[in-house]
Amino acid sequence: MKSLSRVNDLVIKIATVNGTGSASANGLLMKSIFRMGIPVVGKNYFPSNIQGLPTWYEIRVTGDGYQSASNQIDIIVAMNAQTYQKDLSTVEPGGWLIYDSTWPRSKLLDREDITVIGIPFSKLCNEKFDGVRSRILMKNIAYVGTLVALLKIDLNIIKELLNETFATKKHLAASNLEAIMLGYDFVVNNFSYPLPLTVKALNKTKNHVIIDGNTAAGLGCVYAGATVGAWYPITPSTSLMDAFQAFCQQHRQCKKTQKNNFCIIQAEDELAAIGMVLGASWNGARAFTPTSGPGISLMSEFIGFAYYSELPAVIFDIQRTGPSTGMPTRTQQCDLMICAFASHGDTKHPLLFPTNPEECFYMTLTAFDLADELQTPIFVMSDLDIGMNDWVCPDLQWDKNYQPKRGKLLNAKQLDAMDKFYRYLDVDGDGITYRTLPGEHAKGSFFTRGSGHNKFGGYTEDSQEYQDVVDRLLVKWETARKMMPKPIISYSKSNTKAILSYGSSHGACEEALDQLQHQGKNYNYCCIKSFPFAEAIKEFINKHEIIFLVEQNRDAQLRSLLVLDLEVNPAKIKSVLHYNGNPIYANFISEEIIKNEKSDVV
Amino acid sequence: MSYIGKPKISHPKATKNSIGLTKRDYEGVVSTLCAGCGHDSVTAAIIQAVFELDIKPHTLGKMSGIGCSSKTPAYFVSQSHGFNSVHGRMPSVTTGANAANRDLTYIGVSGDGDSLSIGMGQFAHVIRRNLNMTYIIENNGVYGLTKGQYSASADIGSKAKKGPANQQKPIDPVSMGIALGATFVARGFSGDKEQLVPLIKSAIRHKGFGLLDIISPCVTFNDNKESTKSYSHVRKFYHQVIDTDFVPPAQEIKAKYKKGEAMPIYLHDGSKIVFRRVDEQYDPTDRAGAYAYLRESIKKQEVTTGLLYIDKECDDMHEIAQTSDCPLSKIPYDELAPGSEELANIMNRFR
Repeated sequence: MKSLSRVNDLVIKIATVNGTGSASANGLLMKSIFRMGIPVVGKNYFPSNIQGLPTWYEIRVTGDGYQSASNQIDIIVAMNAQTYQKDLSTVEPGGWLIYDSTWPRSKLLDREDITVIGIPFSKLCNEKFDGVRSRILMKNIAYVGTLVALLKIDLNIIKELLNETFATKKHLAASNLEAIMLGYDFVVNNFSYPLPLTVKALNKTKNHVIIDGNTAAGLGCVYAGATVGAWYPITPSTSLMDAFQAFCQQHRQCKKTQKNNFCIIQAEDELAAIGMVLGASWNGARAFTPTSGPGISLMSEFIGFAYYSELPAVIFDIQRTGPSTGMPTRTQQCDLMICAFASHGDTKHPLLFPTNPEECFYMTLTAFDLADELQTPIFVMSDLDIGMNDWVCPDLQWDKNYQPKRGKLLNAKQLDAMDKFYRYLDVDGDGITYRTLPGEHAKGSFFTRGSGHNKFGGYTEDSQEYQDVVDRLLVKWETARKMMPKPIISYSKSNTKAILSYGSSHGACEEALDQLQHQGKNYNYCCIKSFPFAEAIKEFINKHEIIFLVEQNRDAQLRSLLVLDLEVNPAKIKSVLHYNGNPIYANFISEEIIKNEKSDVV
Repeated sequence: MSYIGKPKISHPKATKNSIGLTKRDYEGVVSTLCAGCGHDSVTAAIIQAVFELDIKPHTLGKMSGIGCSSKTPAYFVSQSHGFNSVHGRMPSVTTGANAANRDLTYIGVSGDGDSLSIGMGQFAHVIRRNLNMTYIIENNGVYGLTKGQYSASADIGSKAKKGPANQQKPIDPVSMGIALGATFVARGFSGDKEQLVPLIKSAIRHKGFGLLDIISPCVTFNDNKESTKSYSHVRKFYHQVIDTDFVPPAQEIKAKYKKGEAMPIYLHDGSKIVFRRVDEQYDPTDRAGAYAYLRESIKKQEVTTGLLYIDKECDDMHEIAQTSDCPLSKIPYDELAPGSEELANIMNRFR
């Protein structure tokens, strides 16, 4: 048997039971490799459950710095007997399986083409530690020690991380280290180590962080000056509000009065959450709600109201697998259509597509600016993969000259100088009208309603008056098109073929482009950042003979949206669709494209 | 409805309030409701109340959902800010509005359909938060705009203009408000402006959630003699349990005291509510007692009115959340963003 042999290019998958503290063990492992200067990718495959069901964590060590999952598992740490058989089958030939050898294992559960390493984790921990809970937790920390020895991870970094984590509970740092050394020493005393698969220090993670998209977006809300957050708990968006709250508690309390310069309201449902956002926006606060697909369904009536009454709102859709309740802890890019057209009647809404946590931060700022400037709901289309998984990103930077763009908002002085104010009167032809805030000035009063209104803000059932306003909203839509973030386009040696993607599919596409190039196949590439689509995207599609559009949903939603919004020729857009709930990976894309090209040969 | 626009000029000798406005300045556009609609009387009482409280029109938020009642914010205080939202969702919009700017006055106008059916969830939860607002339910037992279906407040056996009598149990917003922990619960009748104006004023000045259920007959669909929400029925079974006078901080007005003992309650802004017990045993600060009294009076088919319960000490949403005294929407941006140095520190926690 030939073992795999690589440096800084490997995938470890850890199978455990949820609720057993494995998350901190996995975090420790991943961070230690990151601190060795080696880029990593973390993917959490967790059940919709609190305790007792199988869960997996995948750490990809990628010296090349790719930002996506890999479907090749080199090492599996099989700590869960329940999934052992399945886990065994997922390892690449030439790979390794590490298991708890405290109890005998059926001969049937073996493979000839991999190396099995048995470590009696339970036995070692039962001898060393007291208490059921402590033994379970330590068993999971112990496998970190095993991997440290096998992969040549720097033990000093592990110690440093433990001391930081348990800075105030020194005894825990010591006991965790003991557990790590149990797993480490057992390898040293019983096996030849390290494996031919190792990590080696690099200098590629300086000025980088490991962060998830929800944390980055929550931080973005703080920096954007958002003061009102209303929400209803829903996976996978909940951690966004958790992050906002945690950052606010540290950075948004008035030093003098200890009072909060923010207000977070846990609503009774998503309908109320978006209602609160609209009330707050109407009153001039920057307000937002994080949710996921089912929440968007519930919010739809209010979203249409906001479109027509022209209220700013920032809505984070951390997409998860639909339809219906679907798989709440799995990822997809499946809410494009519902978000683009949420609500009855002629409505459409701008969407932003961050590709990673870094963009979640910056696009959050963009979203608040656009919501204020365009006076309409803006969707940040993140997903579970971006929102809840750990990504290596460059440090988030702050432009200290940033000031929020509040758009056409009249202050008391401006109102005082005005003869008369009309809320929905387009005075300069961009489709965006001036707005006032309640309480600002006696002249600023107007009536906000979702029923028919004329350009002066009065109620109407007059056909022409009604149509004037909805037609003006189309002018605003075209203004929005010019203001939305532009696509990133890159050209190769090819002039005829291209790949197109957006959001969390981008990382895998970048890697797939490299894979294809290594096979001598060149593709141009366009990463779409927003809807309504820029004219540049239309030109890009038109100039190519074939476009492979990569997305993570069954029905090719972006493809439909492109055809609707840009009237491009659908025949030339071939879909590469990944929608089983797991994050998309490069091999899938490159293989699908090659397969498709072969079938096209005449 | 009237089709003639209102003249803008007011009588030169019209009484002005302390901020120099006449009652005409607090009017809205002409009502499009049916002639004789109870809601128009409520509108008139609101106008009287905000005029007497010297509220600056542009600092008033008029919030509503959908239905005949929810149309009325257009009919009072044109110079204020109206928000006619979606059906049953006025409470959430008002919650967000108040979260952003705690300094404005919020009057929500809802109906029995808007609050007790489609909006029941939000109605319950805005009470839980003790949001500082006045919440008026114009209660007529029917859906007017869709032509006369029974609402959740219709009594068993009550019969609207057409169709069979209602057979489902009614939901009483006042009992519900008391049970859910509302801090100010009153009931009025659109036909008794003398009682209504001080109730509205007290609700506005109450720091917290002021619930005011106003029986407001629907003259078109539910004012027939078999209806328990008709003018004649309400007048017949009307029982004012407590007489309420509102006294603003500066001036002591001479109230028409009725028999019984006077009980003043001072609100946080220094104004005073003077209770006159019409019913000798009634104590408006005893939640359990108020609830028990209501259940008894419902059995007797009485329409109990007055300020039925008040708890002026309970924290409102902002006090519970420890929000800054300055309205959030007015805090300068520089105080909201932690800055670039702090971001660098934050980044260090993610390595």
